[in-house]
Parts: sequence; structure tokens; C-alpha cells
Amino acid sequence: MNLFLLLFASVITSNIALSYFLGMCPFVTISKKIDVAAGMGIAVTMVMTLTASANWLIQNLLLVPLGLEFLQFLVFIVTIATIVQILEIVIDRYFPVMYLSFGIFLPLITVNCAILGISLFMVLRSYGFIETVLYSFGSGVGWLLAIVTMGGLRRNLVFSKPLANFGDPGITAIIAGIMALGFIGFTGVSG
Amino acid sequence: MGDSVNLRVPKKGYRLFKTKNWMVFKEGVWHNNPIFGMMLGLCSTLAVTNLVSNALVMSIAVTLVLVVNSAIISSLRNLIPERVRMIAYMLIISSLVITVDMVLKIVLPEASKALGPYVALIITNCILMGRAEAYAINNTVGLSVSDALGVGLGYTFSLTIISIFRELIGFGSILGFAVLPDQFPHVALFTIPPGAFFALGTFILIINAIRNRGKKS
Repeated sequence: MNLFLLLFASVITSNIALSYFLGMCPFVTISKKIDVAAGMGIAVTMVMTLTASANWLIQNLLLVPLGLEFLQFLVFIVTIATIVQILEIVIDRYFPVMYLSFGIFLPLITVNCAILGISLFMVLRSYGFIETVLYSFGSGVGWLLAIVTMGGLRRNLVFSKPLANFGDPGITAIIAGIMALGFIGFTGVSG
Repeated sequence: MGDSVNLRVPKKGYRLFKTKNWMVFKEGVWHNNPIFGMMLGLCSTLAVTNLVSNALVMSIAVTLVLVVNSAIISSLRNLIPERVRMIAYMLIISSLVITVDMVLKIVLPEASKALGPYVALIITNCILMGRAEAYAINNTVGLSVSDALGVGLGYTFSLTIISIFRELIGFGSILGFAVLPDQFPHVALFTIPPGAFFALGTFILIINAIRNRGKKS
């Protein structure tokens, strides 16, 4: 498969937030402010690329040769928890400024379904290593793009006063629907 | 379990609807409804509600894992050290989900294929962690199971109404049986991802309207 198309599809047309619904909890709760949303998005992109690559290596060098594929979920989630923990320590120790801007989101990410979801999709679609790195990075960027856009759109809700009964989550869902329509509109480009 | 049965009123007998277990159960279904009340577990809600059959299989899987998980965690609540409780939840939930996934692959291979990775993603479903941390870790086994059953039923209820709406409008059928006449237009929008968001938003509006009725001045 054309690697560029893979990257483009993972960012835009098969956006993990808007067409696979992964990482919805933070997408709804953390998208109120653009800077906070961007911090969360960067953290997700970083963790996603690292964990998917690590999980690819573990899956193909350890689990498949040993016939332990049934332990996949358990091993993947442990890997993710470990990597997040290490990343948090490293960033806190060496990049304190970065830690303040997005390090605080790292503990939340362990249970972000987008992270585990990408590792599972990578196995289901039997990607190679390079493809996995590109796909996971692209998906992270796509999620970042979606949540930052959502943050920007939600800021303008002050002026429009939607029905009170929608509440925050309801109107966020409607906005996400409209955004998803827009992202799907690119489908023709990637053929 | 002296907390649940009021032994002082033997004449009226055992009144199910007055027990604490029932109250906890009812709270889970409506007030603490995972989708419309707490906004947890939205990923699977949006992803599997395109067909009623997918939604039902997913609901059963989640409810099952939820109940067993709550039972295990509440019975071990005095043994799990506080510092490692998150990891303990994670390991218990993962093991349960692996089991459910394997059973599903054998018993309902088609449904398992249709749900794809979303069965495995039950592991990171916030509902499970949420109920373990907010309820099961501090309460008796009986109450925790009632709570899990209530929340599970609330999840099932939410997924079912959304999926009935989406399948009816999008394909004109329910559970694969054609319900609407052929000339009735099928709105394909509700079969694709954006439609999932619109359906969820609409139902949040309806449920909130029912909840807030009579509250306004």
C-alpha cells in the first residue's frame, strides 16, 4: 500500500476520533479550551506512536513465535501502562516545561481507548513495522486535529446559545457529527 | 447482609422495591445511566449502534464483564493494596475481556467479526474502571452486583434505543427484519459515522428534556 495514502487516510478520511469513535471520553470532556485540547492531543500522538511500535515488536517477535496471541490484550495494556509511566518520569525529570503543558495528561492516557485501539487495528490489518509507525503517528495527528478543531468550535458556542437541554455533551456530539461529515468529504481524494 | 432486608415488618413480607439493593439498581439504570448521565463508554456506544444485533451483543458482553468485575473487586476489596488498585482493576478486567472475546468467537463468530476490535476495547471502557473505583471498592458484594446490574441495564437500554433508531431510519429494519415499507426513504446518513454522532446528540437532548421536565420556573 502506498505509504503516503496510508498516512493521509489515517489523518483525515479514517480519522480515529470521527470515523472510528476512539478516545471519545477525553474528546468530549477535554475539548473546552484549545490549549488544553492541544496538550492532550500532543500527549496522545506521542504515546500512540511509541506504544504501537513497541506492541508491533512484541506481537511479531514474541507473541506470534511463542503462540501466545491469546494474551495479546493483556500484554498490550501492560506495555501501554509501562511506557506511559516511563515517559512521565523522563519528561518530568528532563523537560519540566513540557511536563506542565501536557505531562499532566499522561496518566489519563493509559485508559484512553484510542491508544489500545490503534495497537489492535495494527494487528487486525497486519501492517508491517514502517506502516505501523506511520499509521500510529498519522492517527495521533488526526486525533490532535479533531480535538483542537472541536476546541475552537466549542469556544464559539458562547455566541450561539444552543438549546439548554443539549448540555455540553449533547451539543459536542452534534458538532462532532458535522465535523465527521466534513472529514468524510475527503474520501474521494485518497481514492 | 442485614443492610438490605428490613426484618421489622414481617407482616407485609419481603418488599423488593424497598430494599437498598433495588434502590442502588434503579439509580444505576436511570440517574447514573452510563451513557446519558455519566457520559462514559461513548466509543462503543457510537461504534456498535449501527445495527440492533451488534448493540445487543455488545451490551450483553459489557454487562457480563461489569457484573463479574464488580463481584471480584468488591470481594477482594480488603486485600487489594490501595496503591496498586488501578493495576489490579486493569488485570482483572483484561482477563475477563479475553475470556468474553474467546467465548464470543466460538458462540457467535459473525457478531464477533462485526464488532471487531470493539470487544477488546471493553478493557479501556471507562464504565468498568468507573464502577470499580466509585462503587465496588467500598461496598459489599451484594450491593456492588446490584449496582453493576443497574449500570449494565442502563447501558443496554441506551444502546438499544439508539440502535433501534439508527437501524430503523437507516436500513428500514429492526434486527434484520424489514419493518418499514419499501417506498419509505432510507436515510443512509444514519448508517455512517456522522449519523452516530447526530443520533447520540438527539437522544441526549430527549433524555435531558425528560429529566428536567417540571424543573424550570
